[in-house]
Amino acid sequence: MIITVHHYLMLSIILFVIGAIGVVTRRNALIIFMSIELMLNAVNIAFLAFARWNLLIEGKMIVLFVLAVAAAEAAVGLGIIISIYRNRQTVYVDEMRLLKG
Amino acid sequence: MLDSLYQFVSIQTLAWLIVALPLAGAAINALIAVATAKRDIGAYRSLVSFAGVVLPMLAFASAAAIFVTMTSFESADPSFITGSLFQWAVTPTLVIDIGLKIDQLSIVMALMVSGVGSLIHLYSVGYMGHDEGYARYFAELNLFLFFMLVLVLADNLILMFVGWEGVGLCSYLLIGFWFEDIAKARAGTKAFIVNRIGDAFFLAGMFLIYAVMASANAPIGSGYFNFEMMSRYNAYFVPMATAISLLLFGGAIGKSAQIPLYVWLPDAMAGPTPVSALIHAATMVTAGVYMVVRLNFIFALSPFALTFVATVGTVTALYAATMGLTQTDIKKILAYSTISQLGYMFLAAGVGAFSAAIFHLVTHAFFKALLFLGAGSVIHAMAGEQDIRNLGGLRYRMPVTCWTFVLAAAAIAGIAPASGFFSKDAILWQAYERGHIVLWAIGFMAAGLTSFYIFRAVGATFFGETNAPLEKFKRAHESPASMIVPMMLLAVLSVFGGLIGVPQVLGGVNRIGTWLSRLIAYEVSHAPEEGAAEMVLMVITLLWSLHFAVLGWVIYSQRREWPEAVARRFGFIYRLVANKYYVDEIYDFLIVRPLNWVSTKILWQTVDDTFIDGIAVHGTARTVGVWANVVSMAETGVLQQYLLYFLIGAVVVVGYLAL
Repeated sequence: MIITVHHYLMLSIILFVIGAIGVVTRRNALIIFMSIELMLNAVNIAFLAFARWNLLIEGKMIVLFVLAVAAAEAAVGLGIIISIYRNRQTVYVDEMRLLKG
Repeated sequence: MLDSLYQFVSIQTLAWLIVALPLAGAAINALIAVATAKRDIGAYRSLVSFAGVVLPMLAFASAAAIFVTMTSFESADPSFITGSLFQWAVTPTLVIDIGLKIDQLSIVMALMVSGVGSLIHLYSVGYMGHDEGYARYFAELNLFLFFMLVLVLADNLILMFVGWEGVGLCSYLLIGFWFEDIAKARAGTKAFIVNRIGDAFFLAGMFLIYAVMASANAPIGSGYFNFEMMSRYNAYFVPMATAISLLLFGGAIGKSAQIPLYVWLPDAMAGPTPVSALIHAATMVTAGVYMVVRLNFIFALSPFALTFVATVGTVTALYAATMGLTQTDIKKILAYSTISQLGYMFLAAGVGAFSAAIFHLVTHAFFKALLFLGAGSVIHAMAGEQDIRNLGGLRYRMPVTCWTFVLAAAAIAGIAPASGFFSKDAILWQAYERGHIVLWAIGFMAAGLTSFYIFRAVGATFFGETNAPLEKFKRAHESPASMIVPMMLLAVLSVFGGLIGVPQVLGGVNRIGTWLSRLIAYEVSHAPEEGAAEMVLMVITLLWSLHFAVLGWVIYSQRREWPEAVARRFGFIYRLVANKYYVDEIYDFLIVRPLNWVSTKILWQTVDDTFIDGIAVHGTARTVGVWANVVSMAETGVLQQYLLYFLIGAVVVVGYLAL
């Protein structure tokens, strides 16, 4: 079987949907976080597939930026989750309904 | 026999197997580690041992088969490339292939890495046998072997950098293997961060290589980072050679623990001892030397860069050797010794004797791995005791460990005919003949210190009276066969490994120099004449090392009170050296604390608390709140007022519509 850009895009879509489902259904903030990373990387795969298809370097560059931003975001996000855990002894988001009226 | 092998696999496939087999081992062991987490490993233990040890051995067998095939070429160049497994990046201006290059240099490295690696894996079966993280340990060790083999076999600089970072990751994981001890976890973090500093230089060097190739409009071919391409279009590097070489060497300074970035290596001894033997002595730390030799065609363009490499190496060799004199932890002695020996390798590379650097790299892998395994055997038998002041007299309790350790010590001290004698002599003689008399003199002094500190460890650990508690000493026993056998094999290699490079003066053939000669045009074109001077230097160095060896041995086995008297007499100097010249404290004062201060006072308390939290977040809320208060003053609760507003509003609306 020849692997074409379509296969990469399908993989990207599948990963993105898995990630999106994870974000809206899971209770554990860490898992939600990982699901967001999965969505980011699904987008990266799409970028790379298009970059390879068009023989362009820009797509690869953007992926590097996404990776760098994701790394920074992971550092901040984990820090927030840890400080939430220290305050409330839980990382389940449904036990933290502070934004309701 | 090999012909029948090649009926089943091509030589290219065999080359891929060298890297694939350890990766398979890592995958199997990682799955087992995850599956048995927090449970007893039970029946999987033998599978872990099998996958973890046999697969690296098969990788070694593949490398050996390729090596034997290569040696059968009479005069033609036996090197080959595997071709690309897949292309990692393809654009009109950037091509990165995933491909391997087997040539005279990379196969020597692959043999050394997989061979010494297999022996240390085997040793680990005994050493780590009772550890809870047995599967995790082998997963990480196999993964390290995979990345190290990628590093040495890569056919381009980018793939080599992948291996380079991969071994750094595994080093971090394995230094902090017992991560529940915060000091050990911190040692891993320190190694990782210090290496990042060097890697930033390495990256900058790669950017510069790309910029040079791209602006010269070199044909893209198999990519600008391909070693073939780089050496073919070598001439383009001439104007930038010094900058590129120095930046790449910055990476080597981090990875190979040279001044000023050596501080991570002594702390890296927090990891299990076989890890210290494999990663922090035999293989990973020599990656910097390998990189310099691999890219010797760039370094050779810049005499300044070469002199810089040689100077840093030589100063490190002496500096680390002095610190080795005062350490009391047996693993720390060996750690400083490793830094010092790596300095010798850079001295050799810097004076242009690249084959001597690789020669010493290989013999050092044998004897330093053996020294660490011997130290591990002692630590294992003495229930974790690492302080040589609390050891002694162990030769009766563990004779094999003792005598293999003595052989390795003789090798590192350069006592003929052990391997270190030939390789160190090659380095010192080349430095001398190529006109670097000062560097030779410093290297010569460091050679004396080397043999003193290593026989100090021998005398204090294995000879004389024991300083260990009696019941502990009586319980000490020789290690199991899985640990003893690798040590004996390495002892044979430590003693006879030097025969690959016997100088012509002694009637031998410098096989390793001839073998590598196609890759090191600079060294060959500048080769000094062999002659009587070499013989004289050899004898002087041998006598110099030998008398220090005897001194160290006798003083630390029979006259242990002497060094204490000397230390008291020269209190200030002793404290300076024993505290490692306070370099960690200086770094702490100059870098760590200012960084902490800036992070805490400026970034956190000023930028974050005042501006982001204070003005942006709380400021917005407060502004809204203030205005809400102002507006809510209108809400007095007095009905007539509301009626008045209503009337005013109605008048305004009607008035507006009417007008």
